[in-house]
Amino acid sequence: MSDPILQISNVSKSFGGLKVLEDVSFNLTPGQRFGLIGPNGAGKTTVFNLLSGVYAVDRGSVVLAGKDITNLPIRERIGLGLSRSFQNIRLMPHLSVIENVLMGQHCQSSQITEMLKPINWMKNNKWKQRAMETLENAGLKVDPGSTVGELPYGVRKKIEVVRALMSKPSVLMLDEPAAGLNARETSELADFLHEISTRNVTLLLVEHDMNFIHALCERVAVLNFGSKIFEGTPKEVNRDKAVLEAYLGTSTLEASDAA
Amino acid sequence: MMGGYVEGIIAILCINLMFAYGVYLTAASGQLNLGGAGFQAIGAYVAGVCSNSLGFPIFFSVLGGVLGAGLIGFLISFPVLRTRGVYMVLATFAFALVVSGVILNTDFLGGATGMVVTAYTPVEVLILATLLTILLVFWLMASRIGLVMRAVHDDDVVSEIMGVNVRGVQVFAFTLGGALAGLSGALYAHHYSFIEAQYFSALLSIFVLLFVLIGGTQTAWGPLFGASFFTLVPEVLRLGDTEWRYVIFGILIVLMMIFRPEGIITRTLVHRVIMVFNRSGGH
Repeated sequence: MSDPILQISNVSKSFGGLKVLEDVSFNLTPGQRFGLIGPNGAGKTTVFNLLSGVYAVDRGSVVLAGKDITNLPIRERIGLGLSRSFQNIRLMPHLSVIENVLMGQHCQSSQITEMLKPINWMKNNKWKQRAMETLENAGLKVDPGSTVGELPYGVRKKIEVVRALMSKPSVLMLDEPAAGLNARETSELADFLHEISTRNVTLLLVEHDMNFIHALCERVAVLNFGSKIFEGTPKEVNRDKAVLEAYLGTSTLEASDAA
Repeated sequence: MMGGYVEGIIAILCINLMFAYGVYLTAASGQLNLGGAGFQAIGAYVAGVCSNSLGFPIFFSVLGGVLGAGLIGFLISFPVLRTRGVYMVLATFAFALVVSGVILNTDFLGGATGMVVTAYTPVEVLILATLLTILLVFWLMASRIGLVMRAVHDDDVVSEIMGVNVRGVQVFAFTLGGALAGLSGALYAHHYSFIEAQYFSALLSIFVLLFVLIGGTQTAWGPLFGASFFTLVPEVLRLGDTEWRYVIFGILIVLMMIFRPEGIITRTLVHRVIMVFNRSGGH
């Protein structure tokens, strides 16, 4: 096995007296498709927020490609290869489709000479061409000049994935990418993500749709009340007693002995 | 030659446009500056002092006003950016009151009696400076700098995750915005040859912010429309019933806010106009 690209070690986070994550650890190997699942409120999105730096880690460490990024400023993380999408679409509502995608390239184009180029007045700008290509590869047939606030949900969801891809991430974190999509859109998304992962992009997915997880992920970790209760293959997860109890309830009061 | 009345309107239109673009830059990146008059006053008084007391040529006096207001914009941005929303509006508003208070209590600047600026700039210079200002802002908004400013306006957390130095963008907007407001003040001082603290009032700060918000903050067309509308429409209404013109003007403003809450000129509107233009031009 190759060295892990992302190592999350003993990470804990509390908000006031509320423990949201307790001693969570897992590793991602390069090119892996890793699913993070668990009931609502288990702390999945908090893991994303800690990894992207939106929240500070209380204890534990995050190592990306051998570099400790636990306390790295938010804006320096994307340049190291960590990119993400959001559970509730967080595109810039007043920017057009292509402008949102261009924002995803910011970390590669923030030199002053690039920043000063009037790209709106240029017909053939390499950044714009690259953005258009990525939109086409993702099968998005939308007017690149239309304002995203006016587009349907499924389209916006996909644009967010494209934006996250523009920084050429080594680790792509997607927070419920299939939520709100119909069956056909979900299977298209799974194919698209599968193809991305063959280009050595490591995927970390938070998802509720278990069919989607089965179709895509090689490995899953299950969170419940802020603790990791299981890690293994998607097949094993269906048989795990603690996981079943976390989702479906239990006849005993304590399910933690299984963890 | 232009008639005196028309020249007077063009001069004030130019001053208002440069001023509006100064306040626009901060608004475009999501911060409301209700202290515009403070920056304009700094530009006017610094340029006036450079001209009168230091004997600078007009160009360097105006440059002095621009740099002075830009520097204050840079410095004031740090405390102001610690506040958000309505508190930022109040902080910038308070800043303008402080500037006005300092001028009124400084004898060297003429206090409440104002300051005569002897060097004179004709309206042509104002027009040139305005065109350059418009070009500068349009170019900025067409570049990645403008893109990043608008991204920060929409979502500062996501912008930061995308790798944007959000604080840097906001400081830049305050600095350049202060400089442009200072430019309008410096040229005002040299065109009208007289400045007083009372002119740079709270009402002026409110008006320039209205130019920007009603014109629209999403594109560089917004302040062009807003400042022109607010400067020219009262003059047009003057042709009709004089007694009711401010009532009609006020109703127009309320209607615009109801029907175009994001400003008259939005990005979507500009895009649609371009699409129609391309379609008719392409065939």
